[in-house]
Amino acid sequence: MSIRYTKDHEWVLLDGKIATVGITQYAQGQLGDIVFVEVPAAGKALTAGGEAAVVESVKAASEVYAPVAGTVKEGNAALPDAPETVNQDPQGKGWFFRMEVANPADVEALMDQTAYDKYLQELAG
Amino acid sequence: MTKPTTASGNRGLQLEQGLIFEQDTPGATAVDLPALPHTRDRLGGMKNTKRIGLPGMSEPEVVRHYTRLSQKNYSIDSGFYPLGSCTMKHNPRLNEKMARLPGFADVHPFQPVSTIQGALELIDTTAHWLKALTGMPAVAMSPAAGAHGELCGLMCIKAAHIAKNQGNRTIVLVPESAHGTNPATAALCGYSVESIPANSEGRVDLAALKAALERSGSNVAAVMITNPNTCGLFERECIQVADMVHAAGAYFYMDGANFNAIVGRLRIGDLGVDAMHINLHKTFSTPHGGGGPGAGPTVLSAALAAFAPVPFVVHDAQGYSVEEQAGFGAAKDSFGRMKGYHGQFGVFVRALSYMLAMGSDGLKQASGDAVLNANYLMARLSTELTPAFPGPCMHECVFDDRFLKGTGVTTLDIAKALIDEGVHPPTMYFPLVVHGALLMEPTETESKATLDQFVDSLLHLARKAKAGGAEAEFKSAPQLSPRRRLDETKAARKPVLRWTPPAAGAASQAAE
Repeated sequence: MSIRYTKDHEWVLLDGKIATVGITQYAQGQLGDIVFVEVPAAGKALTAGGEAAVVESVKAASEVYAPVAGTVKEGNAALPDAPETVNQDPQGKGWFFRMEVANPADVEALMDQTAYDKYLQELAG
Repeated sequence: MTKPTTASGNRGLQLEQGLIFEQDTPGATAVDLPALPHTRDRLGGMKNTKRIGLPGMSEPEVVRHYTRLSQKNYSIDSGFYPLGSCTMKHNPRLNEKMARLPGFADVHPFQPVSTIQGALELIDTTAHWLKALTGMPAVAMSPAAGAHGELCGLMCIKAAHIAKNQGNRTIVLVPESAHGTNPATAALCGYSVESIPANSEGRVDLAALKAALERSGSNVAAVMITNPNTCGLFERECIQVADMVHAAGAYFYMDGANFNAIVGRLRIGDLGVDAMHINLHKTFSTPHGGGGPGAGPTVLSAALAAFAPVPFVVHDAQGYSVEEQAGFGAAKDSFGRMKGYHGQFGVFVRALSYMLAMGSDGLKQASGDAVLNANYLMARLSTELTPAFPGPCMHECVFDDRFLKGTGVTTLDIAKALIDEGVHPPTMYFPLVVHGALLMEPTETESKATLDQFVDSLLHLARKAKAGGAEAEFKSAPQLSPRRRLDETKAARKPVLRWTPPAAGAASQAAE
């Protein structure tokens, strides 16, 4: 399955029931230099749209929301010590957490690449 | 024009100097006491044999060091400081004079109340003014700052719900146009926070609030609205908000940090507010920003008054006394104590001095002038900058970064270049709902001449950015300050929080 996106600029990549979640290239660019990341602990129950992680840049502190409901399998333990990874490789090594999703169809329902690109164009006005 | 280099590293009369620990001259001291006559060592071998790490310095060295540090500080006493959301207004010196009167400065909180009747009367009179200006029946004077006042309001709300057996109300609704402290306060008070989006006008989206109340109304404890909000806009639908909130059985908290824009012009009691804190350092000119403690008295509606924290001043035929014990007498339903002693008494003296010096007509003029000044900035700056929302604004105006689109220059670069122009930069990248925000609050303190000079500087920078070709120059700003642009990313990622002596082994290793 291909990558999916939320309006809050999280990306989700589903493999079976396990989804990897991070923030998009666009989101890291808007935030600027990221200086602090807090990832969730394994076992934490997530609700769709609920707070899952925290990201802080020189400009702002923001929440990273859970794109769908499920349970955290692991947080990216490398991020808190190297928050710049999110700037360097947001959609690769800069992933925030992996979760077991309650209902894989929820992920399908999110924006695909084409829809997200269109959404970004709308934002740029 | 290149700047000359100097042998000393000093520039003009701006001197370069290390930290106080780096100036250590062992043996140098400000006090020269005669040697003690021989006495027997009674320390049983525990006498300190090593230096304790305090720098040795003479008195003039110490005086110069701290004077120099104070000169590097930029404050409202040095120049224009248009920091949006912070209200950097002049602190009249009369306030300071009053606070230093021995009868106020020398009282002790443990003195018998019979000996501090004047001090208690001052607290009571300040409370009376705050109640009169807000049209609210009660005020808790003890909160020590704005966010502490928010906490006080929410603790009253929590106590009121519990008294009605409605402890199930665990949600606090906070719009995006509110101050950042609001959701933090709600979370600290044990509530879960739900965000209400702003509409395209930068105000609370009433339909979204209504939907949230319909969705989880019976679990909503309170709605917290900042008014005027943090986009510098008046929340016009406050009364409808209050009605909706009360119909859902919840309470209406209004963040009164921006009360300075409306004082003397509307009574927030008429808006249906249940609790609001007042930052005395913003509206009533007491020092802040390192200049002194804050104070955040919280006015309360009749529904919440009984739950106010102790201590509070009571006035009866016997004179003034202090209600100290929650659970007894007038404090029967009080949620308890949240601050040592009686609140920030010295700040009350300053605030009351200001109120009495201004009078109600003067306070009304101050809020009017604050709004007028902000609208003057907005009108003149709109020729080159892009306002985030259509005006008129209240006491502060916010611009987004559309005017910089395609220039390569960012909000941060503009802010840094303003330092070279001799202005403390406005708040930037806040509020978060505004892209690349510049939020400025001129306050009523500033003259038209000061505002014009600021506007001229900012217009000049905006034109220079738009003309193109100046990107590199902007990126290297500030160029005229004692320090150039600091690496804020590194400062946040690898903070050095305290000085440590050079490693003991480092010198000897280098010598080997």
